[in-house]
Amino acid sequence: MFEQKKFTVSHAPFWHNGSSVSARSYNIILAALPAVLFGFFTYGMPAVGVVALSVSSAIVWELAFNKISKRPFSIGDGNAAMIGLLFAMLLPATSPWWLVITGTFVAVIVGKQIYGGIGGNPFNPVLVGLAILTLSWKDFFDFNEVLVNYDLSYPMAYPLASLKHFGVFAISNLKPAALLVGQQSGGIGAIFGLGLIIGGIYLIIRGYIRWEISLSFLAGVCVTALLFNMADPTKYAGPVFHLLTGYTLIGAFFIATEDSSSPVNFIPMLIYGAGAGIMTILIRNIGFYVDGVVFAILIANLINPLVDKIRPKALGKVV
Amino acid sequence: MIKRSFFALTKPRMAYKAIEMTPPEPKKISTPKQATLFLNEPYTPFDQKKSVQFKKGDPVKTGQKLSLYEDSDAYVISSVTGIISAVSPFLGDFGRSYTAISIDVAENEEIDEQFSALVKEPTMETVKNWLAFIPGNLPSVIFSPDQLSTPIDTIVICGVDQDLLITTSQHAVVKESKAIKRGVKILKQASGIDNIIMASSAHLMQDAGLSGAEVRVVDSVYPASLPHLMMRDLLGRVVPAGKSCEDLGVTFISAEAVASLGKAFNDNQIPVYKCFTVIKKDGTSALVSARIGTPISDIFATFDITVNEKDRIILGGPMTGSSIYSENHPIQPDTDAIMIQDQKDLALVSDYPCINCGECIPVCPAKIQVNMLVRFLEAGKYQEAADEYDLYSCIECGLCSFVCVSRMPILQYIKLAKYELGRINTAEETNV
Repeated sequence: MFEQKKFTVSHAPFWHNGSSVSARSYNIILAALPAVLFGFFTYGMPAVGVVALSVSSAIVWELAFNKISKRPFSIGDGNAAMIGLLFAMLLPATSPWWLVITGTFVAVIVGKQIYGGIGGNPFNPVLVGLAILTLSWKDFFDFNEVLVNYDLSYPMAYPLASLKHFGVFAISNLKPAALLVGQQSGGIGAIFGLGLIIGGIYLIIRGYIRWEISLSFLAGVCVTALLFNMADPTKYAGPVFHLLTGYTLIGAFFIATEDSSSPVNFIPMLIYGAGAGIMTILIRNIGFYVDGVVFAILIANLINPLVDKIRPKALGKVV
Repeated sequence: MIKRSFFALTKPRMAYKAIEMTPPEPKKISTPKQATLFLNEPYTPFDQKKSVQFKKGDPVKTGQKLSLYEDSDAYVISSVTGIISAVSPFLGDFGRSYTAISIDVAENEEIDEQFSALVKEPTMETVKNWLAFIPGNLPSVIFSPDQLSTPIDTIVICGVDQDLLITTSQHAVVKESKAIKRGVKILKQASGIDNIIMASSAHLMQDAGLSGAEVRVVDSVYPASLPHLMMRDLLGRVVPAGKSCEDLGVTFISAEAVASLGKAFNDNQIPVYKCFTVIKKDGTSALVSARIGTPISDIFATFDITVNEKDRIILGGPMTGSSIYSENHPIQPDTDAIMIQDQKDLALVSDYPCINCGECIPVCPAKIQVNMLVRFLEAGKYQEAADEYDLYSCIECGLCSFVCVSRMPILQYIKLAKYELGRINTAEETNV
């Protein structure tokens, strides 16, 4: 019994599949890169500046809060960087520096850390940041206004704004194929539909996001848009237009699927996704805002705890 | 270690290891210099007014029955011949106390004759008094049916192993079919229970059929061979949350225990060699046969396994075993496997909170809301966890901890909660 070796003693199970929070965050960042890089090529150095500032300031805010609240440093898990990147993807390329820093403050501190950090936030932190900024400084989110100095080879009117203000006629010259490859104006990482779809499929097959949410969100958008379109084709645009413009694709694959604020059971995931999709089109078609994704997903976040109570009966449960 | 596959759209499928149709003989470990036996009764000689029946320096024979006091039911069967060198208390998992009896092994083996005199007529009394400590472990409920609310009416013989990488029970099915056949007969005769079912994997159906019991096939993917799932899949009965299989009148016996039972009556002596699987650091495994009480270090020495500081030694398999802190820990009658993990292969837990990723939901065989359950457990709200989030439905397979992105020790939380609630309930009952 003397000079005994000290072994590691712990509880079963003794295997782990090797997944980790950081791998999850970094894979989501990786999947977002095609769309971000396309944004860099389209909008140039201003976009690079916004993304870099957003990612770095999100990390700094998280670090600062860790320090103040005397919690272990959590920036290594990549979640703050991911929030910063996704937040920048939604911003216009010409956003001023203070807007970016304020946004990441709201996203990281108000959206996530005050609820106890990762896993505790009831709303998607990125959307909390964006929603508060949109309500506070709405002129900085009017893409037609802020991107006025860009003259690219295709129409630079923000498609959803054109639809809202001038009707279906104004968007009749927009080809779905052109929209898909990013020939439209919009957020830095939200315009390149093809890249977002590739990133989303990557995340789905790697199991980092729940496909049920993405697909039901897209289905909700499609079906609702189609119903509106069938009711009055001269007033409401078709489903393909709604799928490829605004924040629809980034919302489906990167925003609505945020872990903490979305359900985990099968039927609740479908309700959550479809609900957000339907709300998106309702806001776009008959609501006040040009794009409905932000508020639609925030509302879906609200119903998440309630719908997630729809769950299968546990083994041997006696009711 | 099984890693997450690159494509992780579907939940992980972990198959049980299937034994070869003609497995090699288990490697026999020579008799150790010292054997230790764990008697399932606390060693408190100073509190009791009774005198302990054996003491340091007493000679024991192989097959001799040792019980602490004259009137106690718990006993061990000595697996070696020698002299008792120490008697001491031993504290197991979850506060279970045992009496550890160490025996210095003598050179010449002598067999105790008391059992062979009784062997003519296999009665429950003989089984109860002599064979509770046989390799494979017989569940005590079959000898004391009067203590149960529901009498046992079905015995399921596990010809499948409970955990991954283990082939111990399968080996008994393949190699000991004659002894199992005899054991099944004795079980029927002694207990009066006719409904005996053999649970077997599909590829061992023929061997299992030789036992004379009704064969039912168990799925080959973990955790199909855990008792609660076998109840559901083989017998079509769902165990209500918080109840055990025994409450429904079903008990599970390992195939090896049945084989040992048969062997005891065939050979007129109590078997003392325990067969088990050794899982080495590189993940390969080998079958071993050693006397009960052999220290684990002897087995490592036989296989040239170097054991370093901070390695992990596990009794049982990778999902449901329990790690131990000493190389001198002995082989016990229910040790189905010994696993050793190198320091660099250890999967360590973290103190990260649940991020609600939902990985645990599809893998849970009991359909528990693990993401919510673990939040309550972390906060110490055990009663709420049991009332609202199905704590007692858990069958303790460990898959939730296996897939947890935050690497939370979920299974440990669950077991702790059950244990703590059990303690509170016992305290309340005894206060009334």
